[in-house]
Amino acid sequence: MSNPLRIFVPVKRVVDFAVKVRVNPAKTDVDRNVKHSMNPFDEIAVEEAVRIKEAKKAEKKEVEVVAISCGTAKAQETLRTALAMGADRAVHVEVKDDATLQPLAVAKLLKAFTDKEEKKPDLFILGKQAIDDDANQTGQMLAGLLNWPQTTFASKVTIENEALKVTREIDGGLETLETKIPAIITTDLRLNEPRYASLPNIMKAKKKPLVKITPEDLGIDVSPRIQTIKVEEPAKREGGRKVESVDELVDKLKNEAKVL
Amino acid sequence: MVHQLRTMATKVLTPLTRSKHPHLKRGPFKKLQQEDINYFRTVLGSNQITTETDAHNIDLFNLYRGSSKLCLFPKSTEQVSSILAYCNDQHLAVVPQGGNTGVSGGAVPVFDEIVVNMSKFNRIRAFDDLSGIATVDGGVILEQLDQYLAPKGYTVPLDLGAKGSCQIAGNVSTNAGGLRLLRFGNLHGNVLGLEVVLPDGTILDDLSTLRKNNTGYDLKQLFIGAEGTLGMVTGVSLLTPIRPSSVNVTLVAMSSFEKVLQAYVSAKDHLGEILSAFEFWDMSSIKVVESKMEMEAFPVSQSDAPFYALVETQGSRDDHDKLKLEHYLESLMAEDVVLDGVLAQDDKQMRSLWQWREKIPEAIVACGPALTYDVSMDIRLFKQMVDSTMKHFEQKGLIGNTYQNIIGFGHIGDGNLHIMANMTGFDHNAQEVFDKYVFEWALANKGSISAEHGIGIHKVDYMERSKRGKNQLPLMNKIKNTLDPRGIMNPYKLLPE
Repeated sequence: MSNPLRIFVPVKRVVDFAVKVRVNPAKTDVDRNVKHSMNPFDEIAVEEAVRIKEAKKAEKKEVEVVAISCGTAKAQETLRTALAMGADRAVHVEVKDDATLQPLAVAKLLKAFTDKEEKKPDLFILGKQAIDDDANQTGQMLAGLLNWPQTTFASKVTIENEALKVTREIDGGLETLETKIPAIITTDLRLNEPRYASLPNIMKAKKKPLVKITPEDLGIDVSPRIQTIKVEEPAKREGGRKVESVDELVDKLKNEAKVL
Repeated sequence: MVHQLRTMATKVLTPLTRSKHPHLKRGPFKKLQQEDINYFRTVLGSNQITTETDAHNIDLFNLYRGSSKLCLFPKSTEQVSSILAYCNDQHLAVVPQGGNTGVSGGAVPVFDEIVVNMSKFNRIRAFDDLSGIATVDGGVILEQLDQYLAPKGYTVPLDLGAKGSCQIAGNVSTNAGGLRLLRFGNLHGNVLGLEVVLPDGTILDDLSTLRKNNTGYDLKQLFIGAEGTLGMVTGVSLLTPIRPSSVNVTLVAMSSFEKVLQAYVSAKDHLGEILSAFEFWDMSSIKVVESKMEMEAFPVSQSDAPFYALVETQGSRDDHDKLKLEHYLESLMAEDVVLDGVLAQDDKQMRSLWQWREKIPEAIVACGPALTYDVSMDIRLFKQMVDSTMKHFEQKGLIGNTYQNIIGFGHIGDGNLHIMANMTGFDHNAQEVFDKYVFEWALANKGSISAEHGIGIHKVDYMERSKRGKNQLPLMNKIKNTLDPRGIMNPYKLLPE
């Protein structure tokens, strides 16, 4: 582990989770002319990185938190939020059209960036998935490309010297893994509660470095490998009805709902 | 929120209003007979009449309780007309009731008045998506209308804590204000037309969807804020604004009230047309909310500043608004107007910040019997008023035993201060003593005893002393007598006998 400990946090600008998403008239995408914010799982990732930094400070150990976002110019808003939460510097990988930017391309960009960086990262903390595509792939693909261990769906993270201890939420309950750094962590909901961006930190964030690069600088082709054919709303939920007898219920289940 | 409030509030029921106000005498109205119930049965369906009136006899704050024996739920204007025509003829007193979220006791009976409740009269009649004008039945719940408008890109022009329960006719009849008055103005401007049933059953159809219509006396304005004493509002046509796509909220801590005023002036300057709310509260308000409501940690690290303000912007372009907000916040920090603050980064954080302001009344009610005041005043005097009130009762040794939790909060942008406090037990005398101090202070300092909560029954005794009352009561009474000569519409409220 190098001194300082370097944590890279990729963040994604997505449609705000509270927005009622609607399909566009062309049925090719959702209406993106709505409020956007940082992917909630990425907020948790930034928060975790900043908490590690604050905890290590007490032990007189230095930590550097680097926020990275791949997207259009608007991605810089999201990077500023990460800086306001406590990240030290930001990197914007500018992409012309991020609607077609897919997890494999992002993972490749992050790997290429890591290869190019002189000061190598010790940890990647990513959100487990983005709330727009729900892919849940980038962290795992990056681990594969870097050949690093991955600890996904983290609900608790501890770093002791060179060892990383992560508790994961799995179907059966909780599983605790121990692995060496460098490693990938993806965050789950219960890992932490992200802090608010305070005004003093928002002001300070303006002075923190934000560097812009392109996929060409990294030598990566980000064209999509999967094409979206159509986007549709789910079928409208029909109202329920009351039936008068068990016979009527069985009849309806058999002949109308066709589930018997 | 309302249901929770009611469950908490009705643990011990407040004494009957008529016992609290023994000087009030029941008017010369007919007492309800079986023949009357039989008549209503010919007009209304069986699920529109009930004699189980407990929930309709008591207000939200558990301060006012009557003894009505009958509650009617009309579903159409014609039904309301039949009900009122009959009651007028038979001299039966009537209380119009909507969501029953009023805080001045105006929507519950004092004696055995018949409750006419609008809850089942709740269809959205029409919406014109070019003009943004919505025409609705009086019983439509505010939030219901807002949810209808949201996918169409519009919003209701008012927002208040009770939005999940309060009904449009009630909002209109009380000229409700709320959190966005600063931005959208009040109902006198946003209501374009009304359908009202007069006390004798006449249907007054002024449901217009025209923005401008100078054709004679604007009668609908009489009914806006009349608190149900001149007739029942059965239909409303409301101008609704475009729903903003960009909303931002910041919460700031300040070391003095002067700084609150500075932050406000600066907000008007920097934010201009995108400013949509400017609310303030004192530290005591936070302590009460923290003690009774399940809240997360207070968002601002400076949690013991004497004053806090929530500033909200609404606009059509996020990048434009964020730029203005940045300059505003920068200037607040640079000029030491604020000690600290936070800016919400997403919708969830915005709602959390608003909770710290919106939960204040609920928190006080959770602490016990509550006193609530709503005064209009020169904003420079807000802190002075709260401090004087506290000092006055402290000097009498009443803080801690008779009264607790005196807090101040409100709408700086509208010049509207709310003072709330708790009483130990239902002590009507203690209420009157506190009322007297607060109302007299407001009157002595050129303020109004009711900014938005209305007179109801709470402030009837002060009507003759309020500025408007002194000058205008005779004419108000003339109008009341012309429209309601038998005095059946919401008697004992608003106008003194």
